[in-house]
Amino acid sequence: MKDSFPRGQTAIVAAATYGMGEAPGFTNMELATHASIRALTQAGLQPKDVDGLFVVTMDDTLAGLSFAEYLGIRPRITDNCRTGGSSFEIHAAIAALALAAGQCDVALIAYGSNQRTSSGKLTSSSRPSPWESSYRPLNPVSSYALAAARHMHQYGTTKEQLGEVAIAARKWAQKNPDAFMRDELTMDAYLAARSVSSPLGVRDCCLVTDGAAAVVMVRADRAQELTQHPVYLLGAAAEITHREIACMPDLTVTGTARAARRAFAQAGVRPADIDVVELYDAFTINTILFLEDMGFCPKGEGGRFISGGRIAPGGELPVNTNGGGLSCVHPGMYGLFTIVEAVQQLQGACGERQVPGARLAVAHGNGGFLSSEAVLVLGTSETL
Amino acid sequence: MSDMRPEQEFFRYLKEGRFMIQRCRDSGRHVFYPRVAEPESGSTNLEWVEASGEGTVYSMTTVSQKPPAPNYNVALIDLGEGPRMMSCVEGIAPEEVRIGMRVKARIVRKNEKPIVVFVPA
Repeated sequence: MKDSFPRGQTAIVAAATYGMGEAPGFTNMELATHASIRALTQAGLQPKDVDGLFVVTMDDTLAGLSFAEYLGIRPRITDNCRTGGSSFEIHAAIAALALAAGQCDVALIAYGSNQRTSSGKLTSSSRPSPWESSYRPLNPVSSYALAAARHMHQYGTTKEQLGEVAIAARKWAQKNPDAFMRDELTMDAYLAARSVSSPLGVRDCCLVTDGAAAVVMVRADRAQELTQHPVYLLGAAAEITHREIACMPDLTVTGTARAARRAFAQAGVRPADIDVVELYDAFTINTILFLEDMGFCPKGEGGRFISGGRIAPGGELPVNTNGGGLSCVHPGMYGLFTIVEAVQQLQGACGERQVPGARLAVAHGNGGFLSSEAVLVLGTSETL
Repeated sequence: MSDMRPEQEFFRYLKEGRFMIQRCRDSGRHVFYPRVAEPESGSTNLEWVEASGEGTVYSMTTVSQKPPAPNYNVALIDLGEGPRMMSCVEGIAPEEVRIGMRVKARIVRKNEKPIVVFVPA
């Protein structure tokens, strides 16, 4: 049976964030709920209308139960995907399948984290590996650093090219009032930043912030009743390749390659058709790897592709228009924020950072150490 | 071999000063990290063999520490037998480690625990 997806049969009708940056005094669940109420309200819905619940939080392996209880609802389908930051894209894919099959009528996908104000550093809820711990890698950064070093060795990617990724993200953040870091970032400042795990330094690493987000999905035939600007899910695919970095088959190729091929085929689009890309930039190397793997440029050419401001404001390919995990927000897991930003771009709601006429967008999620990759293709009604 | 407790046995061999890895008798392929079944095929026809200790650096990173704690190396090593493992290269400055460098395994003790590290061959 051929790989298939209910293209255009479901739509995101609301997308919201809450507490981006610093939101002291809230629990993860409280933050997720605030974002959820904002999103539901946009669509004129209430928690009791939700019968498909998709949530993950970093501190609760039974978050699906906790959240249903917190909202006071009894969902027909619930998922608590634990593939890391790609969980949200996977949730959207499963929600679409469930909606299309009539297993639910209103799906809510939510996330919240107080990571910054509660601990100040990236926390992990996964079991430490006995094959890694003796060597004291600083995870996640060391695993991504190993990938960056390999890419530099194989393809001649330079530190300055990684710097251009950071600088492009910061330029987009400067156009986003919700972004956490908006000061100018020069190449000198980027290069002077303290090394953390070579070749990655402080400015190669995502932020540690608080933040919550939520999106609401329904079947397409109801979308226009709930919003003037439905954003349709045209394709969705994911791939896991490993968990720990020593088991990644090739450190320069991620699961994004096969996931994107499938998602684009489902949607019937090619990279050249995409107007805006929101991808999971946990570290600067990510942007280079994922643009290559999605087919925006050949493998190994990512550093050269992004050079000269191609992905910065005014460049040919808008990438991470909110400022990304590098400069906008990164509350432990960022994948739901790529979806929110993609939706807002397609709704024409991005103000100063709006990509004019955006009709097709990619929202990408990454989990673990380049371990789990998920790609959504989203489009306006003109793309159906 | 269905009684094998791979994780336990690996570390017990290490305590005895032996770097052992698994080999699948059906495919001839070596397995690391130790498992109850060969990846993909699921074959449980596994045996322990002495690792040659030969390796090549596949990638590396220098982890920075707050002075005076020294920076240190973390590396991915491709074993001569095929599998890749995380380890570190010792005996040279972390910044001197290069991808493609040939290295050889040694068992050393860190905090009372034996671990496999590599030195330039």
